[in-house]
Order: sequence, then C-alpha cells, then structure tokens
Amino acid sequence: MKKTVIDLLLLENKQLNKDNFLLKLQSPVPVSDIFPGQFVNVEIKDAQEIFLRRPFSVLDVDYQNQTISLLVKILGRGSKKLTEAKPGVTISTILPLGKSFTLPEKDDQILLIGGGSGVAPMLFLAKLCGLDPENVHVLIGARSITDHIDIEEYKPFGKFYFTTEDGSLGEKGYVTNHPVFTNNLNKFTKIYTCGPDLMMKAIGRIALDKQIFCEVSLENMMACGFGVCLCCVEDTKDGHKCVCTDGPVFNVNDLKW
Amino acid sequence: MVNLGVKIHDLDFKNPVMLASGTCGFGEEIADFMDLSRLGGMVVKGTTLKHREGNAYPRMAETPSGMLNAVGLQNKGVDNFIANIYPRIKDIDTHIIVNVNGSTIEDYVALTELLNELDKIPAIELNISCPNVKEGGMAFGISCPSAEAVVKAVRKVYSKTLIVKLSPNVTNIADIARAVESQGADSVSLINTLLGMAVNAETRKPVLSTITGGLSGPAIKPIALRMVWQVYNAVKIPVMGMGGIMNATDAIEFMIAGASTVQIGTAIFIDPTIPVQIVDGLALYMERHKIQSVSELIGSLQC
Repeated sequence: MKKTVIDLLLLENKQLNKDNFLLKLQSPVPVSDIFPGQFVNVEIKDAQEIFLRRPFSVLDVDYQNQTISLLVKILGRGSKKLTEAKPGVTISTILPLGKSFTLPEKDDQILLIGGGSGVAPMLFLAKLCGLDPENVHVLIGARSITDHIDIEEYKPFGKFYFTTEDGSLGEKGYVTNHPVFTNNLNKFTKIYTCGPDLMMKAIGRIALDKQIFCEVSLENMMACGFGVCLCCVEDTKDGHKCVCTDGPVFNVNDLKW
Repeated sequence: MVNLGVKIHDLDFKNPVMLASGTCGFGEEIADFMDLSRLGGMVVKGTTLKHREGNAYPRMAETPSGMLNAVGLQNKGVDNFIANIYPRIKDIDTHIIVNVNGSTIEDYVALTELLNELDKIPAIELNISCPNVKEGGMAFGISCPSAEAVVKAVRKVYSKTLIVKLSPNVTNIADIARAVESQGADSVSLINTLLGMAVNAETRKPVLSTITGGLSGPAIKPIALRMVWQVYNAVKIPVMGMGGIMNATDAIEFMIAGASTVQIGTAIFIDPTIPVQIVDGLALYMERHKIQSVSELIGSLQC
C-alpha cells in the first residue's frame, strides 16, 4: 500500500480507562497492507497551538471491514484533543508509516512485552502472527490495575501475564520482575517490546546478553513521519536513523543500548 | 488555460511552485503522495562535501503555528549524492536543484565544481543561512563581505543558475541581497529559518540538543513576506519566496509581494499533497481574477 494522506471516518471513540481511548476509524479504501508496529500520523483539528500531526501505533486492523483501531493515550494537548472527537467526524491521517515488526516463523516461541500504551502493537502482533496461541506469550505492565486496558478480545491469541507497580493486578513490580521473564527466558526465540524507553532498554540489554532476537519500537518526537524532516533520529550503530522510516521497529542489535 | 510558467535567469519553470530544501528529502520520500512532475522545481536536501551525522536528538520542538528544528545538515555527502541518488532522481520531470553548504569557501567551491558536471541539475541554491551548524552556514550570510566572498568564489566555477538562500537573522536583508547580486547571483531565495529557542519549564532545560534552532511554519510568514517585499524592491534578480506557506492564498501573497517562485517547506510535514494543491489553487485564482500569465502577479502589490 502506498503511503497516502487520507480522511478516515471516526466510527467509535471508547474510553478504556482514565487516560486511554480506543478510536475505531473507517477507511474508504482497502487497508490490507498495515502491519503490527506501523503507525499513522493524525491531524489534530481546531486545537490551539497544535501544529504538527500526532503519531499513533496501530492497535488493530479489520481488513475485511476496512477499519483501523488506534489506542490513544492522553500525553499532552494533542492527544487530549483527539480523544474528544465525536463519532461521525472525519480525521485526516497519513498511513501506513514505518516498518512493522518482523513476523515470527512457525516454530518460534515469542514473548511480547507491552508497557503502558505500548501494549497496542503487541496485541496486534499477537493477533496477526499466526502462531499457535501456546507459543505466544504476552506480558503487559502498567502502574496500576486502573491503567490496564481490557484485552478480552485478544485472549484467544496467546497466554497473558500482567504486572503492576502497586500489585493491584498480576505480579507486583516491573515486567522484568515477572517469572515469565526471569525464569528460562532462553525458551523464547523472539522477544518483541513496545513501551517506555527505560523498560525497553532493560529488556533489550537482557536480550542482547542472552543473544535472543529482540525488536523494540521507538517513539522519538517527529514532525513529518515519512522521512523528510530528519527530526526523529535515533543514534544507532550505523549512525543517525529516522525512527519514522528506518523504524519505529529496530532490532536491539542495531541500537547503542 | 492560464500560463503558470515563470523564468528564473535562463531557466523556465512550468509553474512557480517548488519544494524547499530540507523538507522534501530527495523527492523519492514523498513520491507516494504526489506527482513530482507537476511542480516547478524541487530543492533537494542540503548537501555537504563530506558525510555529516547532523546534531544530536532532540532536534525538533513544536511551537505556536510552527516548529523549531536543529537537524544540522545531516546528509551522506556529495559523493553519495552523485553516485547513488542523482541516477535515481535525475529523470523526474521537474527542475532539481541542489542546496549547497560548506564550512569554508573552499568547501563551497569544491562542492559546486562537482555539481556543475551534472547535466540534470540546472541550478544550485547556495545556502549561506543554515542556523544549525557551528561552522560556516549562517556565518557567511549575515555580513555583506562574507556573503560577497562566497558568492564570488562560487560564481567563478559555476556556469548554471546560481540561487543564494538568504538568512532572515540579519539587520537588513536587502543589503545582503544586493551584495550577492553584485557578485553574480542569478536569484535569491528567502527566508531560511529564524533563529529561535524552546525551554522546558519543568526541567529548566532547553528542548533542543543544540539549545537554539530554526523556526519555520506560519508563525514566520509575516516576517518572510516583509523580507521578500524588501528584497524585491532592492534587487533586479528574481526572488524565490518562502516562509510558512500553507496554501495557494499564501503563495499568491508572496508573489504579489515580489516572489517569482515560491518554495513550500514545513507545510509538507503536515500534508505532503499541499504543493500540488497550491499549483491547482493558483490556476483557479488566476482564472477567477482573469490573469493570463502568472508573471503578472509578481510584485503586483498596490500600495
């Protein structure tokens, strides 16, 4: 699918918890080539002092019905304004942007680790990877039970584990304290993660140490989203790379972590 | 049919809408979004003699009606451009102009000599106005003697259309424009970004790794319009206008103020289809105002 500037119709805007909203958008054209890890750059209309688009990772795509779901976490004025949009409005987007996660092969045992709103591409990947759910392990971390989102519809695609910093759901602590991570990590052939930098760095360093394939999704601040402004660069072993086009998914081997 | 054609020196542009350097990559990055051959021209990413990694992240801050950037001329150097990029883009049916940067006059000259050999590069834009590099860049563009010196040296080795991109971070931009005209510049393009800064109140730290950066977007449009008008009235060579153009009306305002062509920059980040929309909008405006040739608009401000 060519990158395109396209107006999508907002079908549904559902508040999942205090800061997270699910926006379901209808595309007028097929969206068959959008994969986990890719993102869309969304225009925020009629918002004072919001000039640039805001990038959001794709949570889900219904290829048949041509809908795209985004998980929008309120981080600032732009995301807040977007969560106030009412169903029926059109939202200008640029999509599909960035490179997706490398899909696993059939014998892989994979561990998906999502922190905060980084859970979005992890759920999408669990759903789309095509593996036996026994081989898909999804570890989700948040501050508290109230920061977790309902993942009921993704449960058939893998085994789920939770951590919270206050112990209100799952194991108490960080994702890297969970037994699925601390016991026998070597049974996984691929680790994928998206979430706060510190979390991904902790996971990435351990994966590097144990020589386990590991892909992370970065979210550096960007202006364009398609590789012309050169603002979102990550300092990799191969020099500055654009997170928007060379990423957002990077193999941890390529980063200076 | 209205005539959108304009002439800069001896170059005929099919229309006055161009893409500004540093906002369109080498064209390839945005080819999905538009037919580049519909544009008058495109000024590709700032090129230097040697590979540059550019400045450290963070390089960008959103500001009211605009943004700051501090990219710092990240590029793979002119050899990479000639060997790898030029062959891929040279047949795009629009004027491809290379933005030329250096730390020393010798750098500018060496780079220009290499570009002079490329058949499908009919012009260069001499960038003496980049605010985001430590050496050279804007330093050449903020005094008349240094601007004259670099243009004089480059003019000696460049036989094609020489455009000089001016900095707005000066006391009198018309003086600089006259200085570069006196040394043989065929056109001036303006404005480059305005030096600005963003501070994070929570951390008391600068937002950009370089502390200061270049401001672009609609926030700078009134300043850019004023400078285009001043320069238009100060020199005989044609002016390329830019600074916060977001739509056809903005572009028309620049032409009325004296711009022969307009460059679209930061708007591309918001919507990469805007340049082609401006070409269409310009034609509609001309039909509506019964203007036969777009050149009638240039400098038509009625004071």
